[in-house]
Amino acid sequence: MIKAILIFNNHGKPRLIRFYEYFAEDVQQQIIRETFHLVSKRDDNVCNFLEGGSLIGGSDYKLIYRHYATLYFVFCVDSSESELGILDLIQVFVETLDKCFENVCELDLIFHMDKVHFILQEVVMGMVLETNMNEIVGQVELQNRMEKSEGLLCSAARAVSAVKNINLPEMPRNINIGDINIKVPSLSPF
Amino acid sequence: MALKIVKGSIDRMFDKNLQDLVRGIRNHKEDEAKYISTCIDEIKQELKQDNIAVKSNAVCKLTYLQMLGYDVSWAAFNIVEVMSSSKFTYKRIGYLAASQCFHESTDVIMLTTNQIRKDLSSPNQYDTGVALTGLSCFVTPDLARDLANDIMTLMSHTKPYIRKKAVLIMYKVFLKYPESLRPAFPRMKEKLEDPDPGVQSAAVNVICELARRNPKNYLSLAPLFFKLMTSSTNNWVLIKIIKLFGALTPLEPRLGKKLIEPLTNLIHSTSAMSLLYECVNTVIAVLISLSSGMPNHSASIQLCVQKLRILIEDSDQNLKYLGLLAMSKILKTHPKSVQSHKDLILQCLDDKDESIRLRALDLLYGMVSKKNLMEIVKKLMLHVDKAEGTTYRDELLTKIIDICSQSNYQYITNFEWYISILVELTRLEGTRHGHLIASQMLDVAIRVKAIRAFAVAQMATLLDNAHLLTGNTQHSGICEVLYAAAWICGEFSEHLEDPMATLEAMLRPKVATLPGHIQAVYVQNAAKLFSTVLCGLEGAPADSKVAQETSQLLIDRLPVFVQSDNLEVQERASCILQLVKYIQKLQQKDVEVAEEVTALFAGELNPVAPKAQKKVPVPEGLDLDAWINEPLSGSESEDEGRKTKGKAVFAKEDSRHTKPRYTEVDEKELAKRREVRKAEQANNPFYIKASPSSQKVYQEAVGVEHIPVVQIDLSVPLKVPDQYVKLEEERREKNKAVRKKDKKKRREKGRQRRGDSGPESEEDITPAHMVDIVTEEMPENALPSDDDDKDPNDPHKALNIDLDKPLADSEKKLPVRTHRPDEVLKSPIEDEEGLEVTSEPKKKSGKEKKDKERKKGKEKKNKRKRKQEEGEDLMEAGSEEPVQSKVTNDVAAQPPASTPEASDLDFWLSNAPVPSDPQEAAAVPDAPPASTPEAASGVAVVVPDSEPEETKSSKHKKKKEKDKKKKHHHHHHSDRAREESVQNGTVEDEEPLPPMSNYALLAENSYIKMVCDIQGNLHDGSQVVVSVIFENKCDSFIKSMEFNVMDSLNSKLQRPEGAGPHDSLTVPFHLPPGISNEARFIFSVQSIVMPQKLKGTLTFIVKTEDSSTHEKLDFKLHFTCTSYLITTPCYSDAYAKLLESGDLKGSSLKLEGINQPFHHLLARICFHHHFSVVERIDSCASMYSRSIQGHHVCLLVKTADQTVSIDAKCDEPGLLRNVLDEIKLTFSQC
Repeated sequence: MIKAILIFNNHGKPRLIRFYEYFAEDVQQQIIRETFHLVSKRDDNVCNFLEGGSLIGGSDYKLIYRHYATLYFVFCVDSSESELGILDLIQVFVETLDKCFENVCELDLIFHMDKVHFILQEVVMGMVLETNMNEIVGQVELQNRMEKSEGLLCSAARAVSAVKNINLPEMPRNINIGDINIKVPSLSPF
Repeated sequence: MALKIVKGSIDRMFDKNLQDLVRGIRNHKEDEAKYISTCIDEIKQELKQDNIAVKSNAVCKLTYLQMLGYDVSWAAFNIVEVMSSSKFTYKRIGYLAASQCFHESTDVIMLTTNQIRKDLSSPNQYDTGVALTGLSCFVTPDLARDLANDIMTLMSHTKPYIRKKAVLIMYKVFLKYPESLRPAFPRMKEKLEDPDPGVQSAAVNVICELARRNPKNYLSLAPLFFKLMTSSTNNWVLIKIIKLFGALTPLEPRLGKKLIEPLTNLIHSTSAMSLLYECVNTVIAVLISLSSGMPNHSASIQLCVQKLRILIEDSDQNLKYLGLLAMSKILKTHPKSVQSHKDLILQCLDDKDESIRLRALDLLYGMVSKKNLMEIVKKLMLHVDKAEGTTYRDELLTKIIDICSQSNYQYITNFEWYISILVELTRLEGTRHGHLIASQMLDVAIRVKAIRAFAVAQMATLLDNAHLLTGNTQHSGICEVLYAAAWICGEFSEHLEDPMATLEAMLRPKVATLPGHIQAVYVQNAAKLFSTVLCGLEGAPADSKVAQETSQLLIDRLPVFVQSDNLEVQERASCILQLVKYIQKLQQKDVEVAEEVTALFAGELNPVAPKAQKKVPVPEGLDLDAWINEPLSGSESEDEGRKTKGKAVFAKEDSRHTKPRYTEVDEKELAKRREVRKAEQANNPFYIKASPSSQKVYQEAVGVEHIPVVQIDLSVPLKVPDQYVKLEEERREKNKAVRKKDKKKRREKGRQRRGDSGPESEEDITPAHMVDIVTEEMPENALPSDDDDKDPNDPHKALNIDLDKPLADSEKKLPVRTHRPDEVLKSPIEDEEGLEVTSEPKKKSGKEKKDKERKKGKEKKNKRKRKQEEGEDLMEAGSEEPVQSKVTNDVAAQPPASTPEASDLDFWLSNAPVPSDPQEAAAVPDAPPASTPEAASGVAVVVPDSEPEETKSSKHKKKKEKDKKKKHHHHHHSDRAREESVQNGTVEDEEPLPPMSNYALLAENSYIKMVCDIQGNLHDGSQVVVSVIFENKCDSFIKSMEFNVMDSLNSKLQRPEGAGPHDSLTVPFHLPPGISNEARFIFSVQSIVMPQKLKGTLTFIVKTEDSSTHEKLDFKLHFTCTSYLITTPCYSDAYAKLLESGDLKGSSLKLEGINQPFHHLLARICFHHHFSVVERIDSCASMYSRSIQGHHVCLLVKTADQTVSIDAKCDEPGLLRNVLDEIKLTFSQC
């Protein structure tokens, strides 16, 4: 079972949160803070497992995380999940994001939280749903195409938002997550 | 109008969308909260618009704000609106928002049921997908109940995309609505072999998750999983299955034996570390389950340890971590093989990664021996010095203490060393674990008598240097150590070299800054020291002056404590102060007081086991909940109530006299009283309710918990008073044996400790001095059982459902659209009651309980029978389901998946050699090949039980029927109705029914007896299944039984293809003497309106030692119309509709002179004629049944004065007439 998925940046700002069990909003924020506190003080070259925080989980739960450039991807899972498997799943998820957003960076997650959620929904549903990246990307694209065919986010609206963008400081696209394709050691057969 | 819309939408274009909101927030870093609150106002405005696009945009923004911690539940209704948009774009936004912020107490969730159902059945797979995803986050018990059937259907959807989501979400449904597990499980199992890998993996996921919580219910799936394991190449699936096996092996060691080889192969062959790791883990689990007497597996252990060493030595920290984690599992059973890698583990202590260091510490715990303990602890102490950050250092500290104190200080040979380690640990500043060190000091000093002198000397030094420890009293827990030090110095003051100096140290003014509970101990122990000092001095008259000075010291110093704000300190100090003043007076008169003062603290304290108090058995007949004195009626005043209570507590005589009366009071009465009392307490503002927190606070206030326990003289409650003994002679008899064993065990333990008979090689290490570890005291007749620590609120408990039991007809469909009252869902207790079908023993009123027990007994008896039937049931079902029909055609290759019989599992586990390749693996779990194709129509399982088959099966049937009814009734009646309603004609507390059987005698001669039961086939309107039990009555072997029936135009025996219309069927088994067995024959019928009789013959060979004879037995099969009826539950509303429809024709029947109870009558009709009770009101009941060809049969049964009138309606008058005739016949026979 996967209990929660948290994505936050190096400063602990949440970029996506998904709880598969109910927590009130303030508890959710506490969990994010606590998790960030636990994860952020760890070097990049230490192991990616943490025996759970006090707020979420308990002894059976583990935090399994990966750190990509500016973002932490943290999965809170119980002992029925394979630790290395979940690490790989995070990698699959991030690579999927990379494909869907074409060279994903933190800003994509900031401005398109909804889309990230839709992608995540194809990967995890409380338990591992799909691990085949092509399948995930395929399904996401099909749904996006469907959305387009409904044409509800019409071109006029997009034009307006383009106009709005003129006045505002340009959206920086150059903060790249960089080596998103971090080699997953020893997991080749997956 | 159109213009208005256009204008509106242009306006709306300038609404903020999600990106604008995010950008806005980023641009308002300094006043973010204010900006967001204006945004929320805007959103509120937008939500008021009719335009769904605007609403969905607003909801999308809310989802973002929710992530930032804003409560958006106020918009729940708007979210539902967006969810129900017909456009996918909006729908998905709505569901996303719902999944982020809906939960069980969101009330609008009730409104979504129909919308979700619509989405689930939408032709667009993505609508369905989105709904399923959403549900996975916010499914409630209500939704689960209402949608379970829809989701179950989706498990067989044509699109794998939907199938896999439906399969996964079923797990959540099971959790919220456990009743759905049994009906849905067969399909779930099917999905294990789904052609789509995603669906298969989802099913494996779900079943593994279920099995992890209640492994024993899933043991029968082991062969199937084994097959998957040896054939699958999907690592995700493999990992899950292997993990599952890890959970199953402890229950079935034979499974472990079977697993070892394929797992070892996988370990050798796989290159995936994750898979390798899980394999190693499961092999370890297997080895643990086999740990007794399996010497030939040392190779496997070696392999595991080797592989783990490779992991630990890997540069990847993750692998290192996992390697250590797995290593600690091996350690428990095979410490030797791990100990050889001590070097590696000690290395890991230096790792920069804290998680790894902690893991290594865990391992060290199990690796110590007498030889290396000191060395390891020395190393750890070095690490303590080096450790920055307090968390890790604290962890080290606890680990050192754990390591040293484990198994009753087994590895400590020199307690002086240990005490000095403890003293050294007190130098740690800012540790939270002062109390831990303190309790160790106390424990060692109390239990190791030989060490007391040394300990006291060390403690005295500590007290003298107390100022070093009290640097920052407020936070540091280290001053707790002083608690121990003061107590030890006081209690064992006879060992003190200079008690005077210590006394002085304990009365320093600075002590007043210590926490209260420590001061209290200081004061108390100062008094003890004082008495010792007096003792030492009074021998010589010259010292009387010193003695008086000592008294003066106390009189001078104690007033500080008398002024303490801590009550305990104050009280003790003033008491002692007065005492000392009095002593001083006596001293001035030259009276020798030392002896009397010492008498104050005389006597030795023995350590008491921590669980001792709990283990004092409650004497039989003592009900702690019962009133000792009945409270007066409600008008009684508060004070009076308290008085009665108070009296009762102390007047023990009274209680004893009244007790017998209470044992006679029946449980119901008691329960009622309890309720009344609870209500009273709840309404009583002065009643202090027991809350766990208050207890905790108390404990903390006391600090080190051990002392109060030790000081209480437990000899009083620990001895069972005589009168109790008399009362419970029986129990004592039982206990005696236990006690003996217990004592023996204790003695053994003691010997082990004293004799230091540690692991063999260590025997040469002699302890520094004789150590006498006093054993802890336990009550005389302590119950050896350990407490069940299971969490009663664990949702998985409800899923402990026997899945191997065949589904009853009524269970095959999920009951839907039934509404349990709200409370039932909310309160956990009620909820549990709602789950009584799970056969968990629950607290019930006495009668019900008894009833249950009776049933359970029967269940046990019928287990074998049940298993047999189960197989048959599956065979029957086979004709319908594609997977299984294949099976039926190919009997020889019947996969174990479709026959989850324990007997099969046994076979699979015991006989089969371990397969090395998938093909073989698939073949191995097969059932023993049946010799003839006839087996397709009849399953044969030998029942080597001598009990007459008839009664057994009848009991079983009845039970089954009852279960069925129980379930049905359970789901379809509201609480109120439940009390009144009938269980298949039996009201719970009415007298039990006489045993009934549906098996009727078919034919009998001196060799063989045939009884049969005829049942319509639920799935095929033209089939009747005849189950015949053949019983060998003679002393010879009966073989070559051939069964033949003369077909009529209407009814034909189904013969295998290619057989002629008059060929006989071979019964697929032989009968040894005294054995009975059952075979099934299928007949096809055309018209079911008329009863039928078919002539038949059974031929067989009776084989004695020297000869064999051909024998023949003729019989007549009687297909009654009743046998075409199938018990089908019907709900009263549907029943009413049916009657209203007017399609049914009526008929009636009167039975005179029936003097059996009404519920027996109903039960008979239900049982013999396959009806179910729809409703019963007093002496009137409506019943329903359905024929295999879909005719409805409705009965209205009324009784008055031995006359029973039955009004019946059916859409086929001929059938009805015959059924009524048969009912009449049934009652004329009894």
